[in-house]
Amino acid sequence: MAVTTPQAPAPETATREIFMSEALREAIDEEMTRDPTVFVVGEEVGVWGGAYAVTQGLLEKWGPDRIVDTPIAEAAIAGLGIGAALTGSRPIAEFMYSDFMGIAMDQIVNQAAKNRYMFGGKAKLPLTYRAPFGAGTGNAAQHTQSLEAWFAHVPGLKVITASTPYDAKGLLKSAIREDNVVIMFEHKAIYAMRGHVPEGEYLVPIGVADVKREGDDVSVITYARQTHHALEAAEQLAAEGISVEVVDIRSLYPLDTDTVLRSVRKTHRAVVLYEAVRFGGFGAEIASQIQELAFDDLDAPVLRVGAAHAPVPFSEPLENASFPDTAKVVEAIRQSLQGVY
Amino acid sequence: MAEQQPVSTNGRAGGDDASNGVLEKLTDDQLRWIYQIMRRIRRFEETAEEAFRAAKMRGALHFYIGEEATATGVCAALDDGDFITSTHRGHGHCIAKGARMDKMMAELFGRTTGYCGGKGGSMHIADIELGNLGANGIVGAGIPIATGAALGSKLRKDGKVTVAFFGDGAGPTGAFHEGVNVAATMNLPAVFVCENNQYGMATHADFANAAPIHNRGAAYGIPSASIDGNDLFEVYATAREAIDRARRGEGPTLIESRTYRHKGHTVLDQKNYRTKEEIAEWVARDPIERFVRAVNESERLDEDDFQAIDGQIEREIEHAVAFAEASPWPTVDVIERDVYVE
Repeated sequence: MAVTTPQAPAPETATREIFMSEALREAIDEEMTRDPTVFVVGEEVGVWGGAYAVTQGLLEKWGPDRIVDTPIAEAAIAGLGIGAALTGSRPIAEFMYSDFMGIAMDQIVNQAAKNRYMFGGKAKLPLTYRAPFGAGTGNAAQHTQSLEAWFAHVPGLKVITASTPYDAKGLLKSAIREDNVVIMFEHKAIYAMRGHVPEGEYLVPIGVADVKREGDDVSVITYARQTHHALEAAEQLAAEGISVEVVDIRSLYPLDTDTVLRSVRKTHRAVVLYEAVRFGGFGAEIASQIQELAFDDLDAPVLRVGAAHAPVPFSEPLENASFPDTAKVVEAIRQSLQGVY
Repeated sequence: MAEQQPVSTNGRAGGDDASNGVLEKLTDDQLRWIYQIMRRIRRFEETAEEAFRAAKMRGALHFYIGEEATATGVCAALDDGDFITSTHRGHGHCIAKGARMDKMMAELFGRTTGYCGGKGGSMHIADIELGNLGANGIVGAGIPIATGAALGSKLRKDGKVTVAFFGDGAGPTGAFHEGVNVAATMNLPAVFVCENNQYGMATHADFANAAPIHNRGAAYGIPSASIDGNDLFEVYATAREAIDRARRGEGPTLIESRTYRHKGHTVLDQKNYRTKEEIAEWVARDPIERFVRAVNESERLDEDDFQAIDGQIEREIEHAVAFAEASPWPTVDVIERDVYVE
């Protein structure tokens, strides 16, 4: 797998900072301009502008034949995407919350993921599902989960997620152009995060991890919002002379194992950080790959930091304590380095 | 949204072979095509059953025998470019949409030359180029996909219509409600054809559905019809009207086609949930025989026409089996191929 880091923003545009939600909107808008078969379908994507405002203003610009509001019907939304994709359109189907994908599970897992294979490679599904996920918003147990491992487990699906507006835009554009089913998980707590996004065209390839901070002593392998906790932890520990490398995988499937292993072979220590329930989460896959493929390079057990084994509680102190934060990442890094520092 | 209106009047007794003027509107070529498709379906499945019982194939086979008039009558009213979604009992839809029996048989045999290269089997045959968006192993799951195909056609303005075939067993599913309701709210060019063959495995349709499925048209504000699914002409006329209506942009229709599967749920069947008398009663209403009688009475085609078609189909069937048996098994290097577009 080719490994590249994203191009640095060009100097003249480096100052442009936009929200992640705006970056996603730009991706959709640009791809709709580029390809007339691209359309958006989902609950409240039109008049309301998307529950997290990602599609705000697009109905006014593109009209109801390109920005299609649906009733509350997740199985139908998933199926609308499949049927339209099979017959020549390039849909972007939005689930208002990834938690609601449970209602559409058959359409996603038994239909979208398997059609091409079951039909002997003759079907093509250029289909992007978008779904807000993750914690930090006080929305409790049915609006806050991180279920990405469910989907990464299913052959036929690609699963991506971004930690920055730059990656969000580039990844979503790549997803829309894919002739495969791609699920883009968008972390709710960072929709309003601002970041550099250059004017003009660029793509972030699917299946390519990004080293968000280079370091020598320990690798933190992570994705989405937790990337920022890793970066904060790295910053704190730098003051003590501990050098932390942060790898944002960006793509769960296909997973850029090469970049993960290169980092671990350099630092000899790995902390896998994710916001899903720790038990059985996607981090277990990453940890397993590291020990299988780089066992001899490791100086410490691969550690995982994830969420508590409980539905997400509502009350703020409970919710906060359920999830990884910077302090927990710092603690895990120290544990990994035990006896060294 | 369109007001509810009946698509066709259904005043005739189930055993009536008169075509109510529909036959006269069909050309001789159409009549030949219809007979050919219904006979192909029957002979394909009879032959597949023999092969299964001879342990030449494995898995599950769900037979459509007895229901041929529904797939054939509906597909006779579709244009070549139109779309269908199908079911686990899908051989009939597949053949009626124009599929090749040799590639179907090879798929049932699990060979590389099959429609899916041996990766799908009986329950997953699709031919996207023919507009067959796939058989489906999940009851009801084709309905939202059909709604999506119809949405695509509406947005692309390609003038195509999508038919969702499903059984009475799909009536109780959530996918039925979501798919039909969304199609109705969006006024999509879709026709929902429920093949009520009376049983989902051993569960009777009346046990599974609180009220007749065709009643639900009123609930969604769309026209609906309950028809004799063993009367090719009534199926054709009803489908023609619904498909034309959809193509004119006037929205979806729900058709409940009452029919019967002569065979069990699969090759393996408990045979403890219906009587021999009931089966005999329905076999006496065999859709192919009724069609032949009506055509004979009209003196449009003669015995020679039917025999010529039968002879041709026997040659096709012989070829299909020989082709399947002679075709190579897939090699294991393809297991992880075609999961994604590379």
